[in-house]
Amino acid sequence: MAFTQTTQERAQEIISRYPHSRSALLPLLHLVQSEEGFVSADGIAFCADVLALTTADVAAVATFYTMYHRKPVGEYHIGVCINPGCGILGGDAIWSTLCERFGIGNDEVTEDGKISFERIECQAACTHAPVMTANWEFLDNMTPQSAVTVVEALQRGEEVHSSRGPRIPTFKDNELTLAGFDDGLVEFGGQADDIMLAGLRRAQELGQKAPEAKK
Amino acid sequence: MTLTPVLTAHWDEADSYTIGGYMRHGGYTAFKKAFSQGADETITLVKDSGLRGRGGAGFPTGMKWSFVPQNDGKPHYLVINADESEPGACKDIPLMLANPHALIEGIIIAAFAMRANHAFIYVRGEVPHVFRRVNAAIREAYTAGYLGKNIMGSGFNLDVVLHAGAGAYICGEETALLDSLEGRRGQPRLKPPFPAVAGLYASPSCVNNVETIANIPHIVNNGVEWFRSFGTEKSPGFKLFAVSGHVNRPGIYEAPLGITMRELLEHAGGVRNGHTVKFWLPGGSSVPMLTPDLLDTPLTYEDIAAAGSMLGTGTPMIFDETTSVVRAVAGWLAFYKHESCGKCTPCREGTYWISDLLHRLEEGHGTESDLDKIVELCGQIAGRSFCALGDAAATPFPAALKHFRDEFVQATTTPANDSFNPIAATVFAGATR
Repeated sequence: MAFTQTTQERAQEIISRYPHSRSALLPLLHLVQSEEGFVSADGIAFCADVLALTTADVAAVATFYTMYHRKPVGEYHIGVCINPGCGILGGDAIWSTLCERFGIGNDEVTEDGKISFERIECQAACTHAPVMTANWEFLDNMTPQSAVTVVEALQRGEEVHSSRGPRIPTFKDNELTLAGFDDGLVEFGGQADDIMLAGLRRAQELGQKAPEAKK
Repeated sequence: MTLTPVLTAHWDEADSYTIGGYMRHGGYTAFKKAFSQGADETITLVKDSGLRGRGGAGFPTGMKWSFVPQNDGKPHYLVINADESEPGACKDIPLMLANPHALIEGIIIAAFAMRANHAFIYVRGEVPHVFRRVNAAIREAYTAGYLGKNIMGSGFNLDVVLHAGAGAYICGEETALLDSLEGRRGQPRLKPPFPAVAGLYASPSCVNNVETIANIPHIVNNGVEWFRSFGTEKSPGFKLFAVSGHVNRPGIYEAPLGITMRELLEHAGGVRNGHTVKFWLPGGSSVPMLTPDLLDTPLTYEDIAAAGSMLGTGTPMIFDETTSVVRAVAGWLAFYKHESCGKCTPCREGTYWISDLLHRLEEGHGTESDLDKIVELCGQIAGRSFCALGDAAATPFPAALKHFRDEFVQATTTPANDSFNPIAATVFAGATR
C-alpha cells in the first residue's frame, strides 16, 4: 500500500527528533502500524526508504519486537497476563474462559476482525492482578466474568474505559500515540487509583509521614 | 518501622501529574539550586547521599554519574530506563502516571551534572497512558522554560525525547536498551566498554532508572543528612515497595529501606484471610524465593543478600499455600525462554530446555533425574551469557528446589493442577477481597 501524505510528513517529524536518524526506526514502525494495523512488506520498505536502510535491516528489527505484528490484529487487541503473578491469581482462568467464549486463541482474530487475543507477559501492574490490556490500556483486577463482559462490549463497539486510562482507543489510534503524536487523552483515568494510594492512605490513617529536612 | 511517603506524598491530589500539582509542593525548585551550586558539586552530593540505583542492581548512582568523562569534547547522553518489565515490579509505571514531573526535574539535574544536552526516556511500548502522561509533562516543562535552550538563563541546554519500545523485556538491560534506542534489535553488548565510555551512539552515556532519578530533586532540596536519616549505612533512603500477590491490600507502600517484609505485610493487610505465606520474592522473579521464616529480614541490599536472595526492584510478591511452586517456576521459565534475545547460546538454548522440562513436570510427567538435569542446565547458563537475563533465568529453580524438593518429586507423577486446585489460588476464589 502507498502511505498517505500525512504519514510521510509524520515520518519526517519523527526522524527530526533524533540526533541519528536510525533511532527513529521503532517509532516509525509504530507509525506504520497506525496506518496499516500491522507491519506489511510495504511498511518495511517504507521505513527502509525514509531511513536509507535496507529492507533486511528493517525486517530484522520489526520481527524482533512482539508489539509489531506481521498480520492484521483486531480493532481491539486483547492481552491477558499469564506471567505467574497474574496467571496464578486468575489470569490463566481468564485466558481459558475467553478462548472458549470467543473461539480464538493466541495471535488469532475473530471473524469480524474486531477482537484478537495475545498471551502477554508482565505489564508492571502486579498489584492490580489479574491484569488484562485492551490495545495496551490497563484493565485491572479482572475476573473471567468481567473479562467476557468487557470483550463482548468492545466487539459490539460499545464504549469501554480503561481502569487507569481513557476510553479504549482503537489499535491503530494507540499506535499513533506510541509513535509520539498527541491524542489529547492525557487527563483521563485519574491520577492514581486506590491500589497506587494504598500506602499513602495507610500512612495518613496511622499519622505516619516522612521527617522534614532541618532548615 | 513507619511508612514515609516522599515520592508518593501527593499522589492523592487530582492534578498530581500536572506541572501545577507538582509545583504546589516545591516542584522545580531543586534544579535551580543544583544550577547555582554547580555540576561537580551535584555529583558529589549524590555520591555522598549513598543513593543506589532502584532498577534492580543497586549500583551507587553518584558513582555511575562520575564515570562519565568530563571535558572530553563529545556529546553526553542521559538515558532513562522506563522499561519496567520485571515480573513483580510495578513502581515506575505508577510513578510516571501519578507524578511524571518528578522524573523530568530529576532528568534536568542529572543531565546538568553529567553535562548532557540530550536525554531520552525509553518507556516500554505497552503503556500508552504512561506515554501520554510523560509526553504531556515534557511539553509543560518546555513551555515553562525548564527544558530547551539556555534554561532559566543558565546557559545550559537540554532536550528530552520520549521514546516507546515495542515489547521486549530484554530492553530493560541497559546495553540492549541502547541498541534498541539506536533502532536495532534489543540485544545486550559485551562490556567493557561500559556505557559511560561508549554508550548511546558510542558516546559517553548514563542509564538510570525512573525511581532513582525521581529521588534526585528531594536529595538536592533536603540534603544528604536528611536522605541518610532513612535506611541504613549501605542502603540509605526510602523505596517504593510494590506489594503484590496473596495479600489483602496489594499496593504501593513507601517506606525506608530496612523495613521488614513482616511489617510491610502488616501494612498491606496481611496475607489473604485464612491463608499462610508459602514463599515470597523480595524484588522480582529474577531473585531467589525466600520462605516465611525470613519475613523479619530487613529489606536492604545487604540484609536480603545475606539471607540468600537479592533486593532487586524492591517489589515483593507473596504467594500463599494454595500456590503450586512447580507451576510458578514453570511460568517464570516460560517467560525467560520467551524473552531471551537469542544472542548467547547458553541462554537461548538453556532457557528452552529448562522450560520444556519444567512444563513436563507441571503436567505430571518426568523423572527425578530431570531435577538434577535442570540444576545442571542452570549452572551452564549462569555466568555464561552477556547479560543478567541468563543469570536471572538460572535463579528461580535452584531456590525453589532447595525449599520444595518434595513438591517437585511429586510433580513427576502428579500434575500441578491436581496437587493444587488452581481456582483456590485465584483472587476470585471466594476469598476476602
